[in-house]
Amino acid sequence: MAELLFWPALLLYGEAAVGYLGDARRPGAAGRLATWGVRLGWLVQTALLGVQASREDGFPWGTWASSLNLFVWFVVGAYLIWGCRRPYRLLGLVVMPIAALLLAVARVGGGTGGGARSHYSNLFLVVHVGLVLAAFAGFTLAAALSALYLWQERRIKRRAATILRRPAPSLAVLDRLAVRTVLVSVPALTLGLAVGLARLVSRGDRVDALVVATAVTWVVWTAYLAVRAVGWSGRRAAYLALAGFALVIVVRLALPATHFG
Amino acid sequence: MHLILVGTSHHHAPVELRERVAFGREEAHAIAERLGAAVCLSTCNRTELYVETDNADEAERLAVGVLSELEPALYRLRDHAAALHLFRVAAGLDSLVPGEGEILGQVRAAHEAGTPGPLLDRAFRHALHAGRKVRAQTAIGESPSSVSAAAAALAEQVFGELGGCDVLLVGAGKVSAQAARNLRTRGASIAFVANRKTDRAQLEDELARADVVVSSTSSPGYVLDAETVERARHGRQLLLIDLAVPRDLDPAIHELDGCYLYDIDDLQAIVAETLAGRRGEAERAEAIVAAEAEKFHEWQASLDVVPAIASLRARAEEIREQELAKAEGMLARLDDGQRRAVESITAQIVNKLLHLPTVRLKQAAAAADGVVYAEAVRHLFGLGEDER
Repeated sequence: MAELLFWPALLLYGEAAVGYLGDARRPGAAGRLATWGVRLGWLVQTALLGVQASREDGFPWGTWASSLNLFVWFVVGAYLIWGCRRPYRLLGLVVMPIAALLLAVARVGGGTGGGARSHYSNLFLVVHVGLVLAAFAGFTLAAALSALYLWQERRIKRRAATILRRPAPSLAVLDRLAVRTVLVSVPALTLGLAVGLARLVSRGDRVDALVVATAVTWVVWTAYLAVRAVGWSGRRAAYLALAGFALVIVVRLALPATHFG
Repeated sequence: MHLILVGTSHHHAPVELRERVAFGREEAHAIAERLGAAVCLSTCNRTELYVETDNADEAERLAVGVLSELEPALYRLRDHAAALHLFRVAAGLDSLVPGEGEILGQVRAAHEAGTPGPLLDRAFRHALHAGRKVRAQTAIGESPSSVSAAAAALAEQVFGELGGCDVLLVGAGKVSAQAARNLRTRGASIAFVANRKTDRAQLEDELARADVVVSSTSSPGYVLDAETVERARHGRQLLLIDLAVPRDLDPAIHELDGCYLYDIDDLQAIVAETLAGRRGEAERAEAIVAAEAEKFHEWQASLDVVPAIASLRARAEEIREQELAKAEGMLARLDDGQRRAVESITAQIVNKLLHLPTVRLKQAAAAADGVVYAEAVRHLFGLGEDER
């Protein structure tokens, strides 16, 4: 069943990515098709996660690959909140190819099938994995918004004659949405990390590379909020968000082997 | 029934001529009343008289009489061509700036002030529908078509909603006043208008509060340089629009982080680009308008055969009722249910027999053979002979 749901979800996310590309070239029907691809794909992926949850006794997303599957669901879900509106379709051009790619990677790692039961308790996993993944999804979205900000700012700086033919969200809106997304994501990461660290200390386990990298990620994103509070905005803040996202990539993709057991 | 159009527009007559036949709402209403079933559309770019009539030549002569001062510059269109023209006008495709949205409201106002008959009423309603459809399904009206509108649209690209944005006007030329009006329409407020009497310190104070600066003075040198702007703005984002020639604002301002300076050439390049985009969209809009005009044409053509169809159906119904009346003696023995069944079956036979001729008549009408077919039907079934 999970297998049956994986392919439509991937196809719909892929269709959305291609549709957003078409919309960037010629706004209109392609963008609307892409939006429906996102909506339907997310619903299918929700069903996939539901099937996974119903098959397992415990929390089914405790492995690296299955947590990547959940992470994609969070990212697309967060994007869906406002991303399907017309001015934000360009954001889909950034988000949806990443989502499709990561979902495919999750499948290669075996994260879209039945899943493996973890030896950790359900509550711990729900709080720790759930919060950390939700935070990372938020950071991914903030980074996508920042990338869009830099692109839009560059167009305005270059005085591109086409700037009004293909309007993007305004700089102010992109900047504001990015900081709001981070404002929600940092507390989630803080809590998720705290729960993980508390368990680490109580069990007397060693700190691994992933924990260190996640802590550094937390520092960077907290610093992002701090510098925003003292007046940083615009391009500098966008670059900092992209640096924070680079760490998210490292934590999500490069180091999980040291952490999931 | 015919649809007649007599009029002139910016394509055919310069403003010196058009202004002679520019009518207000009251005058337009009076002219429409004088012409009978008519609508007078009078805007700054066109004056057109649409008339619904059975006598096309006479109606055209009367309409030309109303616009006689411009007779050499008048165009005259009839039926499908007149309707297609109206649809293009409503969609903004015949406007000076393709896709401009004001015309749709002007067509609506003319319709309301006119005295249309059923054909003209339907034509205007359908034209308004086509105009709305074009605006909804194409991007023809989305991009700005003037330097002042482009400046306001640029401000939205930087600041989003302009409510809460303060505009500093330096100098108050005609173009900057238009830009200010566009910005205000979108929610910005004009915080200060600087002129020759404004001293340097006050200008810097106002600059510190501004989000958008629009400059249009006749100063021979720069009114604001990069140093002043950097000192005054305290790191805030600033959009500067320089509409003056020679330029008022130091081009080095654009190099500052968070400062975006556009001069008149930049804005004109944007407008040229958006107009090119509008022309591209105009092709899609033309297809929509042509399809809608064709639908209207089919409807209008069906009017030729509608009386024949109605007569044919009435005749068939009359025969059915007569035959049922003749059989009343036998039918009287039936109970209510059986009687209803007989009624229903006979009605169905009539409907089925007439279905194909009705469809074929409508098709013939659309193919311009409607009148011939209608006459044939009248002749074959002896329709209307009783009245003769």
